[in-house]
Amino acid sequence: MGTYILKRIIGSILILLLIMVVTFMLMNAIPGSPFLTEKSTPEQIAMAEAKYGLDKPLYVQLWNYIKNYLHGDLGTSLKMQEGTPVKNIIFHQGKFALSIKLGLLALLVAVCLGIPLGCLAAFYRGSWLDGLLRVVTTIGVAIPTFVLAALLLVVFSVKLKWMPTLSGSLTDAKSYILPVISLSSYYTCYIAKLMRTSMLDAINQDYIRTARAKGVKTKALVLKHALRNSLIPVVTYLGPVTAGIITGSFVVESTFSVPGLGKYFVQCVMSRDYPVIMATTVVLSALVIFAMLVVDIAYKIVDPRITLTTKED
Amino acid sequence: MSEQTRKKLLEVENLRKYFPVKGNKLLEKKYVQAVESVSLSIYKGETLGLVGESGCGKTTLGRTIIRLYEPTSGRIVYDGTPIYDSEKNISVKMLPYRRKMQIIFQDPSGSLDPRMTVGEIIGEALDIHGLTPSKKERTDRIRQLLEEVGLNTEHANRFPHEFSGGQQQRVGIARALAVDPEFIVCDEPISALDVSIQSQVVNMLEDLQANKGLTYLFIAHDVSVVRHISNRIGVMYLGCLVELAESHELCNHPIHPYTKTLLSAVPLPDPIKSRARQRILLEGDIPSPINPPSGCRFHTRCPYATDRCRQEMPVLKEYGPGHFGACHLLEQNG
Repeated sequence: MGTYILKRIIGSILILLLIMVVTFMLMNAIPGSPFLTEKSTPEQIAMAEAKYGLDKPLYVQLWNYIKNYLHGDLGTSLKMQEGTPVKNIIFHQGKFALSIKLGLLALLVAVCLGIPLGCLAAFYRGSWLDGLLRVVTTIGVAIPTFVLAALLLVVFSVKLKWMPTLSGSLTDAKSYILPVISLSSYYTCYIAKLMRTSMLDAINQDYIRTARAKGVKTKALVLKHALRNSLIPVVTYLGPVTAGIITGSFVVESTFSVPGLGKYFVQCVMSRDYPVIMATTVVLSALVIFAMLVVDIAYKIVDPRITLTTKED
Repeated sequence: MSEQTRKKLLEVENLRKYFPVKGNKLLEKKYVQAVESVSLSIYKGETLGLVGESGCGKTTLGRTIIRLYEPTSGRIVYDGTPIYDSEKNISVKMLPYRRKMQIIFQDPSGSLDPRMTVGEIIGEALDIHGLTPSKKERTDRIRQLLEEVGLNTEHANRFPHEFSGGQQQRVGIARALAVDPEFIVCDEPISALDVSIQSQVVNMLEDLQANKGLTYLFIAHDVSVVRHISNRIGVMYLGCLVELAESHELCNHPIHPYTKTLLSAVPLPDPIKSRARQRILLEGDIPSPINPPSGCRFHTRCPYATDRCRQEMPVLKEYGPGHFGACHLLEQNG
């Protein structure tokens, strides 16, 4: 297990390097410059670019990024109050924490609601409850986040005035409700669908019959035998979900005006604030890679048949 | 065992099990008539073999008898106590009977929960019935059971996928034995195993029966194995029991046309005898149990079928000592 985790960490660092290279190339491929404004003269732009090293050849710039990142230096913002370290922007101004808080809450809702709903649908297969859940989850999966977010905002905040239109920094409980619903609805519905299928598969297995022959009561049958065996697809899905919920929060944060990392990230891309784009991408990627690693280890706990090795035996 | 001294452990009367078929519910509800009016008794300490083609309802009958499937109608009496009676509306709680009646399944790997160790699988049954109050007793009992089925005690901490098919079936047997049952339904316990392992498991089942005085309902489609292990054999066709007799009697003097066909298909070890024997081949396929033929269910394939067979369903009657058959032709021949 220890060697496995070590190998995965080394692999993750390589992936992060690759992500840096790709991000660097993409962001230089976008036309424009961080210093391009209507008033600026070519001399001023050249001067500013020279100051931040943007006049150097691209491979030198990339190498500088990598070198600095290895030292834990994420660089300074080109746009925000000249010389503000990117690290401060991401971590110390609460942007990162805010996004993570929103993301984790949505994840929690998706898991805590999706799994039981899927189980219910599986048990009462063919009943009106199953039918209702099927319709609701299909709609939930079909509606894009930005549509749902806008819809919720219009209905509950603008028309009914039950909820605040600006969620702001999520200081009170009420301001959480709409962003969390919009962020989690797709995943809740998808997990419920996934769970229903995999639960149906599990309850038709022979070992369930064995357990009944032993005299196991229905409740224990479900919780102990069926649930454990049907969780694997859901656990697998949680890796991409974590990634999705974090990237998905860009839209939700913009819609509800939550000053999180997602909203800020969109601004940076617009203003070509290269060091911030790079840092945000790397931080979010690292988070996703970490989530994947946790999922892979969680497999082992859920299913003892899975052995964590990197080589075939 | 003489007729008077042997005691009936299990009696089944007119047992039916129909499964609803998914489909057009508006027009008419259709059912798979998996088990149709089966009546039989199983005596204490005996092995009753049950043979028939795939899909003839052997497995369904076995599972319905121990009420893993809820019967559609009929009567099941265990050791003098009715545990199910559709006419008198009796349907007892099965938990106490789960201790007495157990089942060994066909697919050894599928019937063991992949997330539980062998120790947990066996121990779960002990916990449910509260058989081993202390932790030490529990561990000891699990070890003892593993030894009884020829596994090592350290196997308790392993997961089912770490075993071979034969070993998995031994775990399945240890699991069934855990509650110290009286009656075990062996639902094709060896058909998923290699031939070399089959004999080991059959011998083990026989030894266990001798040591513990177990009663078996042994379901298989392989007549040779059933003949070897059973005291009596029942033959099923399309959900109905068509013949029931002592194994020796049934194999040497089959009376039902279907049994004759079935026996003529059993391979003989002697090639000369085998060549000399005439194989009876049936025409057509086995009809669908959703739309079974009227009258005798075998009449569509029976070479001797008459008009009566097409209209009236024959009942199981005794034609010799302990030899039952369900066929109109037998009545005519006397």
